[in-house]
Amino acid sequence: MSRPLELDYIGLTETSSSPMERSSEKISSSTSSTLSSTTAEEERTSSSAINLRETELRLGLPGSHSPDRKKLSGVSIFGKDLEDNNKPNGFSPNPPKNPVSGAKRGFSDAIDGCEKWVFSMGNGSEVDVGNAAVLGSPLAKQEISSVPLPPKPSAQLEKKKPQASEHDAAPPAAKAQVVGWPPIRSFRKNSMASNLAKNNDDAEGKQGSGCLYVKVGMDGAPYLRKVDLKTYDNYTELSMALEKMFSCFTIGQCSCNGLPERDGLSASRLMDLLNGSEFVLTYEDRDDDWMLVGDVPWQMFTDTCRRLRIMKGSEAIGLAPRAVEKCKNRN
Amino acid sequence: MDSQRKKVLVQVLNLVTSPKDRSSVSLVCKDWYDVERHSRRHVFIGNCYSVSPEIVTLRFPNIRSVTLKGRPRFSDFNLVPPNWGGDVRPWLEVFAAEYPQLEELRLKRMTVSDESLEFLAASFAGFKALSLLSCDGFSTDGLEAIATDCKNLTELDIQENDIDDKSGDWLSCFPETFTSMEILNFSCLNSDVDFDALESLVSRCKSLKVLKVNKTVTLDQLRSLLTHAPQLLELGTGSFWQELTPSQHSELERVFSNCKNLYAVSGLWQATALYLPVLYPVCTNLTFLNLSYAATLQSWDLAKLVPYCPHLRRLWVLDTVEDQGLEAVGSNCPLLEELRVFPSSPDGDDIVDGVTGSGFVAVSNGCPRLRYVLYFCWQMTNAAVATVAQNCPDITHFRLCIMTPAKPDHLTGEPMDEAFGAVVKTCTKLERLSVSGLLTDLTFEYIGKYAKNLEYLSVAFAGDSDQGMQYVMNGCPKLKKLEIRDCPFGDAALLSGLEKYESMRSLWMSACLVTMNACRSLASKVPRLNVEVMKDDEIGDDSQADKVYVYRSIAGPRKDAPAFVLTF
Repeated sequence: MSRPLELDYIGLTETSSSPMERSSEKISSSTSSTLSSTTAEEERTSSSAINLRETELRLGLPGSHSPDRKKLSGVSIFGKDLEDNNKPNGFSPNPPKNPVSGAKRGFSDAIDGCEKWVFSMGNGSEVDVGNAAVLGSPLAKQEISSVPLPPKPSAQLEKKKPQASEHDAAPPAAKAQVVGWPPIRSFRKNSMASNLAKNNDDAEGKQGSGCLYVKVGMDGAPYLRKVDLKTYDNYTELSMALEKMFSCFTIGQCSCNGLPERDGLSASRLMDLLNGSEFVLTYEDRDDDWMLVGDVPWQMFTDTCRRLRIMKGSEAIGLAPRAVEKCKNRN
Repeated sequence: MDSQRKKVLVQVLNLVTSPKDRSSVSLVCKDWYDVERHSRRHVFIGNCYSVSPEIVTLRFPNIRSVTLKGRPRFSDFNLVPPNWGGDVRPWLEVFAAEYPQLEELRLKRMTVSDESLEFLAASFAGFKALSLLSCDGFSTDGLEAIATDCKNLTELDIQENDIDDKSGDWLSCFPETFTSMEILNFSCLNSDVDFDALESLVSRCKSLKVLKVNKTVTLDQLRSLLTHAPQLLELGTGSFWQELTPSQHSELERVFSNCKNLYAVSGLWQATALYLPVLYPVCTNLTFLNLSYAATLQSWDLAKLVPYCPHLRRLWVLDTVEDQGLEAVGSNCPLLEELRVFPSSPDGDDIVDGVTGSGFVAVSNGCPRLRYVLYFCWQMTNAAVATVAQNCPDITHFRLCIMTPAKPDHLTGEPMDEAFGAVVKTCTKLERLSVSGLLTDLTFEYIGKYAKNLEYLSVAFAGDSDQGMQYVMNGCPKLKKLEIRDCPFGDAALLSGLEKYESMRSLWMSACLVTMNACRSLASKVPRLNVEVMKDDEIGDDSQADKVYVYRSIAGPRKDAPAFVLTF
C-alpha cells in the first residue's frame, strides 16, 4: 500500500490552496448567508497570500476573542463580520500565543454527506461556536486522488432560522447543529423538545403548560401577592391585573389622563396610573438584578422574571423619571 | 477431577458472579474450565457480533440469563444508518433450541421485531425478565404478546427504545390470574394505558417493587396506585401534574408518607414546585432522585428540595437548575456519588444559561465522594475542572460535554487540555472518560501517560494529528472501548493500535481521515478483527473510509451485513 503524501491535517502543502477555496466556495455558496459570495471571493484572493490556517472555515466571528456569547451580535455561519474584517489572522478564535491549536478539525460531514448538517442560526450571536468549531477540511486526501466534489448548493446546509440579520440585545448563542451532537438519545431530545414547546406556548392555559407564579410585592403593602405570568399575553394585561390587585394600597389617585396605549411599553400604563404616587414596576431576573419592566419582549420577560416589585418613592427616583420621560416622549 | 471436589468447586463458583471473575476461573485449568462452563447461569455478550449463538450455547449449556448488546453506541445519536444489524432473532432461535429454560433477556441496541417478541413469549415457558434499552424494530403489539403469554413474568423494563407506540392496550393483556410482576417500567412509552387495568395489575401483584409509569398517568391516578403499592422501592411518577382539590392533595401526602421503602424516584415530567412538597416524607430515604425530565423545575425549586434529601447518592437533573441549584446540592448532599446534568435545550434553540464551571465546583466542594459525573454545559474552564478533580479524586466516570464543539476555556481562551490532564492525573481510578471542548494532542498525551485504568474513552472534535490517537493506543493498558468522531486521525493513527485491538471490545472512528487501504491492511494483519466500513453513498471518493467499526470476533466476518457495510 503506497503511503499517502505526508501532509498536515489541513492536508495541503503551503502551495496548493484550491481545496480550501473549493470547500469554502461550496460551503459558502450553499448557505443563504448574506456573506457567502464576499467570503468566497475574499478567501480566493487572500488564500494564496496568507497562511492557509487563516483561511480555514470556522463557525462564528473571526477575531472575536470575547468568550461572552451574549455580547456579540450575530452573523453568518462563517462568521465573517463584514464590518469587523480586521486582521488576516482574523479567523483565529484563539489568542495568538496558541495559533496552532484548534486549527485542525474534522469536517467530513459538511463536505460529503452534507444533507445531514444543519446549521441553525438561532437569534444571533454565534460567538460560542465561533470560538470553538474550527472546521478544517480533510479534502486534502481527496484532492490527491483528484476527485472534486461538485458543490451541492442549498441542500447541503439547511439553516433552520436564518436570522443572521436579527440581533437581540441578549441573544442565545446560535448553535450549529451537527448530526449526533450533543450526544443525547433521541427519546430525551424529543421529550425536551416537546416540553419546551409547551412552555413557550403562551396561548395554552395554565393546565397545559404549567404555571409561572411569581411573587409581587409592593413597597408599603403588608403582604405580597402571587401572579401567574402565563395567564397574561403582554405587559398591558399584566399591569392591569397588578393595578387591580394593588389598588387598595395605592396612596395617590389614579390619574387616568387618557394617554394612548403604548405598544410594548410595559411600565407606561402602570406608570401613568400610579404616576401620582411615583411607583415603578420592576422585576428580579435570573442574575438577581432588578430590572425595569418593559424593556424586553414579553416572552423573554416571562422566561427570566423571578419576582416582581412595585417600587416607590425614593428608591424609584433613579428609574421613574426615565419612565416618565418615555411616556412624555411618546405623546 | 473427582465428583467430591467438583461439588465443592461448584459451591464456590456459585458465589462468583461477575463475568470477569468467571472468565478468570475458567482459565485456571481444563477441569476448572469445565466446571465453570457448566455452572454458569448468566452470560454477558458486549458485542453480539464478537461471537455466534452456536459458540455460546456450545460452551455454556445451562444458561438462564443473557445480556446482549448490539449496535455501536454512536447509533444512539443517529450516526449508524438504519438496518445496520444486531437482530436478536437468530439468537432467539438458537436459544429456543438450547436454552428452553431461559428466564432473562436483557438487550441493548438490538433490533427486535414484534415477531421476535412473539417467538420469545412462545418459546420459553419459564421466561421471567425482559429488558429492552435503546432497541428498535418493535411496536406495542409485540408487548401484547409478552403480556399475554409470559405467565411467570417478573420484569418488563422498556426504556428509550425507538418503537412504534401504537397504543397502551398491551397493558390490558396481562391476564387476571397474572400476579408475578416485580419490576414494571413503561415510563418511556407515550400512549395512554387503561388506568383500571393498571390499577388492577398493581393491586394484585403483591411483590411489585419497581413501578415506573408513563406521563399519561396523572397525579391523582398516581395517588391511587400508591395506595395499592406502599411497598414500592422505586417509583416513576408519571406526569406529577394535575389540579388537585385540597382533600386530594392531603391524601396524596398521606399516601407518600406511607411509602416507607421508597429509595428511588423518577419521572416528574411536569412537576412544579407546587406539588414537590408531597415528596418530602420520602426524601429522607431517597438515594436516587431523577429530575432529568422535570423541565419546569428551576434552581430555587431544587434548592428547596435538596435539604430534605441528605442521603442522596445519585442525582440526575436538567441544566435548568443552573449553578445555584447545584450549589444547593453541594451544600445538602454530602453522600452524593453520582451527578448527571442533562441539557434542557441541546439544540441551542432556546435561551438557556444552563450550568457552568462554578456549579460544577460547588458540587465537588460539598460532595467529595463523587464517582460518576455526566455534565452537559455550554461553557467550562480548565480551572473549574481541575478543582473538581482535586476535590473528588475517586471519580471513576468523568463525562464532560461542552456542547459547542471545540470550545476553548471560557475565561482564558486556551484549549481544555489542562482540564482533562488534571482529571487523569488526579483521578487514578478513572475508568471512563468523555472529552470535549478545544483539545490538542496534549490532552491525549496526558491520557496515554496517566490514565492507567481507563477502559472507555469517547472523543469528538479534538486533536491535531495522528499523534493524538497514537498516544492513547500506546498508553492506556486497560482500554476496551474507543469511540472517535470528527478528529484528524488518519491511517497512521488507526494502525498504531494494531497490537491493541484484540484486547479491546471495539473501536469506532467516524469523520476522521482513515482510508480504505488502511482498513484493508488492518484486517489482513489481524485476522481475528472484524474491520467494517459503513459506506456513505454521498461520498464521491471511494478511498476514504467515513465510518469505521473495528471489533474482535471469533465468529468471523458478519454474514448478515447490509450492502452499505463493507467487511474486510
